[in-house]
Amino acid sequence: MAAIAPRADATEELPRATGRQLRTVLILLVPGLLWLGIFFVVPLFTLAGTSTQTPSGSGIPGEFVQTFHLANYWDVISEYKGHFGRSFLYSILATALCLAIGYPLAYLIAFRAGRARNLLLVLVVAPFFTSFVLRTLAWRQILSDDGWVVSSLKWVHVIPQDMAVTASPLAVVAGITYNFLPFMVLPLYSSLERIDPRLIEAGGDLYGNGFAVLRKVTFPLSMPGVVAGTLLTFIPASGDYVNAALLGNNRTTMVGNVVESRFFRVVDYPTAAALSFILMAIILVLVVLYVRRAGTEELV
Amino acid sequence: MTQRRRRPLSPEAAAVIRAQRGFSRRSLLGGTGALGLGAALAACGTSGTATGGSDSKPAAAQDTSAKDKMVNWANWTLYLDYDENTKTYPTLEAFQKQTGIEATYDEAIEDNDSYYGKIQGQLRNGQDIGKDVIVFTDYMAARVIEQGYVQKLDLGSIPNSKNILDNLKTVDFDSGRNYSLTWQSGYAGIAWNKEKLPQGIKSVDDLWRPSLKGRVEVLSEMRDTLGLIMLGQGVDISGDFSSDDFGNALDVLEKQLNEGQIRQVKGNSYKEDLISGDAVAVIGWSGDITQLNAENGDKWGFAIPEAGGTLWSDNMLVPIGSPHKANAEALMNYYYEPEVAAEVAAYVNYICPVKGAQEIMAASKDKELAALAGNANIFPTAADLAKVKVFRTLKGTEQTDFTSEFQRVLGN
Repeated sequence: MAAIAPRADATEELPRATGRQLRTVLILLVPGLLWLGIFFVVPLFTLAGTSTQTPSGSGIPGEFVQTFHLANYWDVISEYKGHFGRSFLYSILATALCLAIGYPLAYLIAFRAGRARNLLLVLVVAPFFTSFVLRTLAWRQILSDDGWVVSSLKWVHVIPQDMAVTASPLAVVAGITYNFLPFMVLPLYSSLERIDPRLIEAGGDLYGNGFAVLRKVTFPLSMPGVVAGTLLTFIPASGDYVNAALLGNNRTTMVGNVVESRFFRVVDYPTAAALSFILMAIILVLVVLYVRRAGTEELV
Repeated sequence: MTQRRRRPLSPEAAAVIRAQRGFSRRSLLGGTGALGLGAALAACGTSGTATGGSDSKPAAAQDTSAKDKMVNWANWTLYLDYDENTKTYPTLEAFQKQTGIEATYDEAIEDNDSYYGKIQGQLRNGQDIGKDVIVFTDYMAARVIEQGYVQKLDLGSIPNSKNILDNLKTVDFDSGRNYSLTWQSGYAGIAWNKEKLPQGIKSVDDLWRPSLKGRVEVLSEMRDTLGLIMLGQGVDISGDFSSDDFGNALDVLEKQLNEGQIRQVKGNSYKEDLISGDAVAVIGWSGDITQLNAENGDKWGFAIPEAGGTLWSDNMLVPIGSPHKANAEALMNYYYEPEVAAEVAAYVNYICPVKGAQEIMAASKDKELAALAGNANIFPTAADLAKVKVFRTLKGTEQTDFTSEFQRVLGN
């Protein structure tokens, strides 16, 4: 804690920094700016350029000419509005599920785990040791029609005999939730862990019951973690296509799947580029709205 | 950030709040926003080089084969005989000894479309992609030949090319095989779990039986899945079929997908679903089923539907920028020797395109190998070859239009 606090002070004094300090700041910024400039800003412009191109008319796939055809965007929206809806529905559902599962878990690790804390944290991160695709493929085996999970659920008549769990929206949302859970738990944990326990005690001293303390003290203080966790989950989840490709079917495809198919299969780069742009724009708007709403005075 | 600091409750609480401020909403938004967008972009990063509409074709590179005794080969995974113990490719080792040409083998190709996306920018500019032999399936070979992205072969330096199977001697995208030479071929047909369906499956229509609902999978390779459906509808897929014929087949696929008869549309991964039992009957590839049966007990049947199946080939090509064409031709010539082809076929299990390899394998002292010589999926029988067709090259805008429609039906 003490190590972090002075840094926060230094940032606040930035406007009054001397020329030399400014230079240090700039040197520190260079690697990040270069990286983002080359791999983010430049491709962003090429992508924007591609998104308004039209086929060259040669009939050869992959040949396009720049015609500043902005109607590409309109075509993409009207053609793929269902996919956009599905992408955001799935990612919002998965984010909510991650929060519901992740918050109690992070709370437990931060306040109740005692000496098991580090072990539990390692366990949260452990799935990262295997590849993302492999873990998703494993879900297909786990949830397969004749696998033990589905068979036992059928045996106790929780689900109908002819139901398949994979190749369904349920499997896609479950897959996203599972894959992104650590991105929710870690920021929540780091936020909860920093809360001064005496503040919680004080809540009890002021006759707040457990729930009231959680609602009035713990949760508000953990808001940075909640915001970070939900964003880290929601943003990649809405662009995800691996889960939909492996666990879904032709009625559960998300925008990412269309981008992949347009880019590689159909070789329709303008549509893929326009789709990516619209996805970015919607994510940006949703995130800004969310952060504004979630942001409270106590947070800043 | 410049906001006035509040009076904290206690020094500790102040530390908490200040630490949190270091992780403020704004920096968070900037940081993660850029991260998310960056990741989204990374996926499309090559789009910038992938466009443009120049009519001029790139010129072939100067051949420096005599000086640089080397050849770089990009191929698909599990597509060349491999020795687990020595971690080498025995036939390739023998090639190096025989010719003194240093050969580098790279399993760089995962699927046609993505590999094409990766190399096409350089090919268009006539640049050396660092590979001297690449392997593309028919339709993609057709595309790069038409675009002038591959070099014309000197058939005089590939005398063994006369050993090619008659069915493959002439293809509509390269009559006379001046640019391409078949690496391996295969059928797409129907496969089923023999325990669950002891009576087997004879036609594509059998896949739509109500008892198989949700347990059928088809290939994401358009030409194979729709080719089989079209053949079932009596359309000649190597003939001059119309877009209506294509549309009729697509309607069948769409109906079966939307009614849930077809569980999923898959690339290679239908094999795992056959193993897990999620898929009981599939449209699949002959070589896959041969391999599955070898690894998991003889559980699956494979047949070319009575109405016909598709015959596809993967073709060796020399990219336009390759400076080692003569070495590449030496490599092709080597793999068209029946002895070498037999060795590859014994490992790869797809259709061997080289005449004479079957006799050599049958004469092998190794009983297992000799038995493989009788496998109709490696050495096709005349009856099977009479039933299969090659999907014709799509012309003009057909390629884009058909693929686009197909992908739409797949939900993409």
